[in-house]
Amino acid sequence: MPEKIIESFNVKRLDILDEKGNADESLMPSLTDDGIKRMYEVMVLARTFDQRALNLQREGRIGTYAPIQGQEASQIGSALALEKADWIFPSFRENGVYIAFGHPPHMILQYWSGDERGLITARDRNIFPVCIPVASHVPHAVGAAMAAKYRGDRIGVVAYFGDGGTSEGDFHEGLNFAGVFKLPVVFICQNNQWAISMPREKQTAAKTIAQKAYAYGFEGVQVDGNDIFAVYKATKDALDKAKQGNGPTLIECFTYRMLDHTTADDASRYRTKEEVEPWKEKDPILRLKLFMEKKGLWSEQYQEDVEAKAKAAVDEAEKKAESIAPPDPRDMFTNTYEKLSQRQQKEIRDF
Amino acid sequence: MPQNSRKMNMVQAINLALKEEMQRDKDVIILGEDVGRDGGVFRITEGLLDQFGPERVVDTPLAESVIVGAAIGMAAYGLKPIAEIQFEGFIYPAVDQISNHAARIRSRSRGRYTGPLVIRTPYGAGIKAPEHHSESNEALFCHMPGLKVVMPSSPYYAKGLLLSSIRDPDPVIFLESTRLYRLVKEDVPEGEYTVPLEKARIVQEGKDVTVISWGFMLHRALEAVEGFDAEVIDLMTLNPYDEETILGSVKKTGRVVIVNEAPKVGSFASELAAAIAENAMLSLRAPIARIASYDVVLPLPKLEDHYMPTVERIRKALTDIMQY
Repeated sequence: MPEKIIESFNVKRLDILDEKGNADESLMPSLTDDGIKRMYEVMVLARTFDQRALNLQREGRIGTYAPIQGQEASQIGSALALEKADWIFPSFRENGVYIAFGHPPHMILQYWSGDERGLITARDRNIFPVCIPVASHVPHAVGAAMAAKYRGDRIGVVAYFGDGGTSEGDFHEGLNFAGVFKLPVVFICQNNQWAISMPREKQTAAKTIAQKAYAYGFEGVQVDGNDIFAVYKATKDALDKAKQGNGPTLIECFTYRMLDHTTADDASRYRTKEEVEPWKEKDPILRLKLFMEKKGLWSEQYQEDVEAKAKAAVDEAEKKAESIAPPDPRDMFTNTYEKLSQRQQKEIRDF
Repeated sequence: MPQNSRKMNMVQAINLALKEEMQRDKDVIILGEDVGRDGGVFRITEGLLDQFGPERVVDTPLAESVIVGAAIGMAAYGLKPIAEIQFEGFIYPAVDQISNHAARIRSRSRGRYTGPLVIRTPYGAGIKAPEHHSESNEALFCHMPGLKVVMPSSPYYAKGLLLSSIRDPDPVIFLESTRLYRLVKEDVPEGEYTVPLEKARIVQEGKDVTVISWGFMLHRALEAVEGFDAEVIDLMTLNPYDEETILGSVKKTGRVVIVNEAPKVGSFASELAAAIAENAMLSLRAPIARIASYDVVLPLPKLEDHYMPTVERIRKALTDIMQY
């Protein structure tokens, strides 16, 4: 008997906006001028915030911080495609997602300065607290999607993780589960090429991360992660598909971590300046600016206004974050369980 | 109040608890390996798939971490999932989820999200099972603040404790002794009754010695105390545990024997012994005795009877303590 091909797949790559600011109009998502300006303004705000957080860390005013620079399009493009009722399961490098989804920036600083209260989301928003053990939140997203499906709620669930996360068992278990039960979940991998010191090629021998989805029986797509239109479109399409009951999608945002892994890291130990340099030209904010300029949506004055607004918002966030009184030490006893245990009552009495 | 009682074993009692709670509350969902069509390898979930359908009795892929991890996501969303791990020996891939997430979600979100889930899993030796099917690793889970650890010792208490566990707003690991599943039959009421968590129960009162145990070992302890004036305590919830009941009893009797199925080093018996030493030292008339399995890797079935605490070992400890 001759051997037969019993399965094959093709991996799509989506690019809409190039480095010169030219967009493929046939692929453009439906966005108003105000919508496009909003994308730009939130990206500028996120970068301003990121830069300030790094400065605050250096001054010892917040703790270890994981910068997002270079990944603004991946984070803001995807988060702006969400609806209010959708659920987000972030990893620890999603400050752009938090900002775009409406979480107050001062609370993000509050969290990174060591106060859990900074991640308490508003009642009408669902962002799970940041997940530091890599990819271990992927199963939570899957479970929330299963619950939404069971309840008949027409919402989507989004899990964010990086290229390193795709090596974890929980990535496999979570995607496999989502495929089997056809769950309304979108997996967004920000492939920023580095997991601390390990380059993407050392995480997987697969040519793309997107193709891994096919092993779980659903679609994966790679997008230019520095192209906010491509990220927005891919996320919106995947969410629509999820909400129509057509199952999960894996989106690989092909991007680059411009800075160190965290403020506790020194990337010069393991990667060269020559590698980083070309990515500066691929900057997600720069290319949207070029696009907007061509469309008459950008001017020097607009830029000044956007930057001034971002700076004021971040000044305000910094001021607010630093004016918050530290938690009462007794607060560490509460919220272990709903009620204090016998032992905790004793501990609190003797505290 | 419950109407009828029937004699049943622990498998039937747990099955009844699940069935009644699923009828009462649509948010209760079961997920795990072979829990649906097969009714679970111990038949705990038998009949539930037919009654409640595949959306509520979910046969999952063979993957412990996502079984617990998905339950965490479901619980945060507002459901009350009950995840079954087929044997405690297979729970380790899910320990990351239990320790880093289930136990912590209330604290790290400052109550914005909670984890009202139950993880049911069989534990313990004595049924001649293959390797990795017989450990008694409850102490591991007692070192995870935010998690409750419950170990029933009989059909009646299994049902009442399981209902409390499902309704509890915090995550509970519910450890069921495989040896006990079909060992004891007793009257179990149909319908509503609960046994509170975080409370120990005095099984029998006594004056001379306090014997503390839980799960299957309670039965060996009860057999061993015949002829002694012993107060026997079934701990039921190991963490957070009912220190007051224990200390109250020890202050009365002045002697303590703790019987646990796990190896002695780092066992929960050690926590109890330490708490008694800290708080009731002056009431003690003899050293505290911990009767545990040996500090060895659990042997295959040919030797498991030699490994676990026997009635004779417990009785010897009681005799020694009374003569001290």
